[in-house]
This record gives sequence, structure tokens and C-alpha cells, in this order.
Amino acid sequence: MSLELNDTLQAVVDGLSSEYSDKLIEVYQSSDDTFVRVETDSIVEICTYLKEKQHFVFLCDVFGNDRYTSDERFEVVYNLMNLRTQTRLFLKARVEEENPVIDSVTSIWKAAGWNEREVYDMFGIRFEGHPDLRRIFMPEDFEYFPMRKEFPLLGIPGSIELPNTTPDTE
Amino acid sequence: MGIESALGEGYLTTRLDKLINWGRANAAWPMPMGLACCAIEMMAFAGPKYDVSRFGSEVFRFSPRQSDVMIVAGWTTYKMSHAIRRIWDQMPDPKWCIAMGACASTGGMHRCYGVVQGVDNFLPVDAYVSGCPPRPDAVIHALMKIQDKIKTEHSVLLDT
Amino acid sequence: MKLQNINDKVDPQFQELHQRSIYKSLEDKHTTIEDVDIDDPLNAKMILNMGPQHPATHGVLRLVLQLRGETIEKTKLDIGYLHRGVEKIAENKTYQEFMPYTDRMDYLSPYSNNVALCMAVEKIANVEVPDRAQYIRMIGCELARISSHLLWLGTMVMDAGAISFFIWTFREREKIYDIMDQIAGHRFTVSHSRIGGVANDLTEDATAIIKEFVNSFPKELKDWHGLLDRNRIFIDRNENVGVLETKDALDLGATGPVLRASGYAVDQRIIAPYLKYSEVDFEIPTRMEGDNLARYFVRMEELHESIRIIKQCLDKIPTGSIRSNNAKHAYPSKDEVYYSMEGMIHDFMMTDTGICPPEGAECYHAVESPKGELGYYIQSDGTGHPWRIKINTPSFRNLQVLENILDGEMVADTVVVIGGVDPVMGEADK
Repeated sequence: MSLELNDTLQAVVDGLSSEYSDKLIEVYQSSDDTFVRVETDSIVEICTYLKEKQHFVFLCDVFGNDRYTSDERFEVVYNLMNLRTQTRLFLKARVEEENPVIDSVTSIWKAAGWNEREVYDMFGIRFEGHPDLRRIFMPEDFEYFPMRKEFPLLGIPGSIELPNTTPDTE
Repeated sequence: MGIESALGEGYLTTRLDKLINWGRANAAWPMPMGLACCAIEMMAFAGPKYDVSRFGSEVFRFSPRQSDVMIVAGWTTYKMSHAIRRIWDQMPDPKWCIAMGACASTGGMHRCYGVVQGVDNFLPVDAYVSGCPPRPDAVIHALMKIQDKIKTEHSVLLDT
Repeated sequence: MKLQNINDKVDPQFQELHQRSIYKSLEDKHTTIEDVDIDDPLNAKMILNMGPQHPATHGVLRLVLQLRGETIEKTKLDIGYLHRGVEKIAENKTYQEFMPYTDRMDYLSPYSNNVALCMAVEKIANVEVPDRAQYIRMIGCELARISSHLLWLGTMVMDAGAISFFIWTFREREKIYDIMDQIAGHRFTVSHSRIGGVANDLTEDATAIIKEFVNSFPKELKDWHGLLDRNRIFIDRNENVGVLETKDALDLGATGPVLRASGYAVDQRIIAPYLKYSEVDFEIPTRMEGDNLARYFVRMEELHESIRIIKQCLDKIPTGSIRSNNAKHAYPSKDEVYYSMEGMIHDFMMTDTGICPPEGAECYHAVESPKGELGYYIQSDGTGHPWRIKINTPSFRNLQVLENILDGEMVADTVVVIGGVDPVMGEADK
């Protein structure tokens, strides 16, 4: 499929393919959005490059995705924005189901902090080097990862306790 | 006639029960447990157009110790349910509860892992209000129903 | 003496692991060892749990504040008290079925949320939207912005001490509710937008009351400006409070009015124009100070700009259809459904399977909701149900900013700063 890239994205793709040619897996477009998939172990390196050399200073979002496949099941997507040329770029990296670990980008963008906690809460992907990796939505006592496809919509009965209905005084 | 004629003008006799219930019913201060979208309608219910002060309930007390009616407005998650129950336990008796909206009554449209399917799983509810969110008129109706309920209760006779 | 371990002193009554991990994280926040003078109460450490049920936290936000005297040393936010997993629900619904849930995300401006979802689905499935529907959506979005900012104004000024403001802003909000009632049939969870257009056309009555509102509202706004702009108490309460420095704003991921009050004119309506925003004139109010007062001015000016946009839309709105005519993309009109066989079949198919974007397609579309950039990422697997919907909500990101700007403020200013950031928990907790 041919790509229709604007100048900024062209520069990104050129830059990435010359400097990180062995780390870049694929570049594709879908519905006018550009997605770049890279090797998981080089995510911090590439994010630093994109922020410092390509001016992608604004991290809009980090989210997980469950592909429900046997290999490289989970995907972490970074939604980056270049405010100078108003261009959006999506960076993807995949992790395995058995040991879902990826490096944290909180050292590059502080904004990633809560988003990574959300991904951890929902998918169980751990972020190495995250300063405060706790569950963000569910209570800490909850032991499942609800956004995984095998988790039922209605939840698992009894997995979260309800309050005691007899008052403390009685 | 009765004792009133003996006492002269300006006296009225009634049962103590009735008097207390009349007072309670017309000064039911709500504890606004505003959780989600219904909380906005609850604000409208207190606001200028619907004006709940006509029913003596304009004093929204955020402190449970000073309130009589808890209005649970919005969906209740398992995480939040503990806080709601604690606040309910802190409210002094007698107390009443309105489950405002579909989510508080039954879980409503949020049939999913995080939401308790109806606050009656952990709270005794006196009035359920349908609607998502209910219009303020409907909440006022629920409040009037609670007032009717208060008026028929035996207050002092059973307490002592 | 050395700082005591917080966890030794507390006795959590429920969700013990969760409570303990918050206190642990609060303790770890700056990883410094402090000496506290236990005899002097003004110099003693105190942990204050604010929320989840607190009148000024705008919902069920919980803040764990570590205070020294009256100064906040560290803050940790605990959110998720409204988490119900809408993204999980979305995977089990068709695109159109999911729309009422978006109303209940940011329940102060449901219309913007409807439009955000519809536009993302239209982008991934290549649906054409008629011009008239786009203008109706714009009017709806701007009314939603006004209604959201009105609630912010009422509650934020109430947090700063003036109760009567709440009553005045609610009087104006009731007018917007009446307009929405007229347009969509519900006061505020409207669900008026449809994939491929809008549910029904603006009636003449609706247009008339929108016009009336647009004419009467600026007068009210002028009164409010007169009351607050140079009000000594209000300024003292808000100036230099909760400052978000320009250099930190992007790094912390601020968005919407919070980012614009820190000096960046980032607005999706300008940087990636959607609907017909490229055809109307409006300004992006921006301030450099980054404090709560700047956020107040930005939002107040946005109210003026919204009125300006609505006026232009009312002038420019063309006649024509309000929904896409392609039966594979949008619901047929009710006339067709009642009087023709194909219409009924199409209506049934839309309700049953709904719109099916191409397999493997992905897209992201962001709109400028009153709180900031609201984006929907959709991944399709070719069926009527999305494989993954990720909602990028502005309140979530602004709350993260809040966690960072509260450090060093006075404890009495907490409520004002929360009011200035204006989070909606239904949206932040998803």
C-alpha cells in the first residue's frame, strides 16, 4: 500500500528508517492516520528521538490493545502530537502474553504516568521504570485485568467485596 | 368539646407522634450523594426553577450527621459502595433513602463489572425513581412520597 | 525525630490493600527523609483524606493530602470511584448502541461526546454527512460548551465563597436544557447525533428559542463580568493559585482551557478543523499566567466565542437533508420506515448489525470538548461491534496535572484549584 505522508511524517519515516532501520517493523496508514510499529525493546530510544529531533513534544495518550492472538498478544499504542506542524503519529509496540513488560516513557513525557497506570490496570502490562505503578481505577485488592478479552463483561462474582451491611456499632 | 375549650383560644391538641412527624416530614434535609449525571439533575432540583425549598428540603447537608434523607444519585461502583455505606451508617436515625435514577435503582444501562446492580444490595431504599436521569419533578415526587411515609410512621411511641 | 511511617498509624476499614498502597505511594512521592517537630502543631505532619464524598470535589474524586501546618506538601489523587468500564461495554455494543453511554461520560456536555463518537465512526467507515447536519451539530456542541462552562462558573465561584452565583448560572442552564428538550426530547442526556447525521431537524420553535437565548445571554454574561472581573475577593482567591507553568504544561499533558491558560493556543477546532469550524470566525482565548484566574478568563472568553459561533451557524445553516442517504451508513428517515418495505428492512439491519467499518481499519478522531481534547480511537474487526474503542478523555489528563500543581499550595485553596481545573469524574473514570 502506498503511503500519503506529509512533510513531517515523511521526515519521521526517513529519519527512523535511516537511524533505526533494524528497529522499525512497519509503517502503515488507515483512515488518514499514520501508524508506526517498532521493536519493543527500543521504545524509549525511539520516543526520545521523536521528542528531541522530530518535535513530537505532546503525548496525547497511551493505551493498550488486546489482539487476542497466540504470539505478541498485547499492543501498547502511543498517540503523539507534533504541535509545530500539527501532525499526529501513532507508535505501536507489541508484548508477549506470558511476560508483558515494556519500558516506561515517563522519563520522556511525565504525562505518560497515569496513562501507563491505566494500561497496567486494564491489561496487566507492566512498565519498567515507572515511578508509581499502581492500579488506577480498580481497587488494589482486585486481581483480574478487566479489558482483556477473556474477562467477562459482567465481571467475576465475588471478585470485589460489597460493604458489610451491619453497622460497626452492632 | 375537648380540652381546647377549657384552655381557651389559641390552643390546639394533637398527638405528639403527629406533631413530630409533621416536623420531620417538612424538614427532611437531604444528604446529596451525588455520584454521576443524576447529581446534575439533583442540582437542578435544588436550583431556582424547581426549587425544592417549597418542600422544606433545600438545606443540602454534606455532613451525614445533619441529614435525614440520602439521595443516591448515579451509578454506584463497588469501590464507592464502601464509602456510601459508611456515610449511611453515620447518619442519625430516623433516616430515609432515595435511589435516584435507573443506575442507582438497578444498575440501569451499566450492566458491567464495576457497577453494583442497584444500591439496595447494601442500603435499605425507601423510594426508587425511574429515569436516566429522572427529571427534577420526579425527584420531588419521590420526596413527597417519603414525606407521606414519614407522616404515617410511629415516631415517639416506638422509640421510647 | 524521623518521619513516622503513615501506614503504621492508619487503620483502613475496607479495601485495605488499596488504602495502604495509596499511603505508601504518598510517602514515596518525593523520597526525602523529613524531620517533623511533633510538639509544634503548625509544624506537624497531617494526612488529610478529602473525598470521595466531598461537596467541592465535583463528584467522587479523592485526594490524599499531606499537610504541614496549612501548606500542602504532597498530594496523591485516587480516582476510579466511578469506573464502570465503558470501553469494555463498547466492545459488546454496536456503534449506535454505544452512543447513550457517551452521554454519561462527560455529563456536563453530552452533545460534544455524541459528536465525538459519531465523527470517529464516520471517519473509519467513510460516511458523508450532509452540511445541515454538520451545522446542527456545531450549534449543539457550542450550546454544550456554554452549559458546561456555566456549571463550572457556578460551582467554582461557589467554592470561592459566593453561593448566589450558582443560582444565576443554573437559571441560564435551565434555558439550555429547554433548548435541548426542544431539539432532542431530553434535558441533558440528549443522544441527538446519529452516525451519518442527526436524529431530527431543528424545528422553527427550537431555532427561535436558540436565537432568543443567543441574544439574551451576552447581557447576563456582561453582568457576571462586572461582578467578578475586578472583584477584590475573587482575584485574591484565584491569582497565583494553582499555577501551571508554561514549560510544564505540555510535559504534564494538560489539555483544553487548562493548557490554553498556560500559554498554548492548542484547540482541535483550529489545529485539525472538523465539522464546519473552518468556515466560521472565532478566536482561541489564551493566557500566559497559568493560574486559576487565567483559567477563569479563558473560559469566560470562550463563552463569548461560543455565542459568536452559534450566531454565525444560525446565519449560515443551509437547508437540506439531515442524515446520509446511504442505507448502509445511516438510519433511514421515519417516513421511509413506516411506508416502504426497504426502509423497514434497512432500519432493522441498522439496529441489528449496524454500520460495519472495513476489517482491520483503525482511526483516531479528536474534537474539542469543553474540557479539552476528546478523542476516540476505534479499531474495527469488520463486524458491527468495535474490536477496541479507546476514549482519550480530557478530565483524566487534567487531573494528572492537578496532582502536580497542588503541591505547595495552601489547603484552603484546594477546592478552588479543583474548581479551576474543572474535572468531570464520569469522564475521567470511564
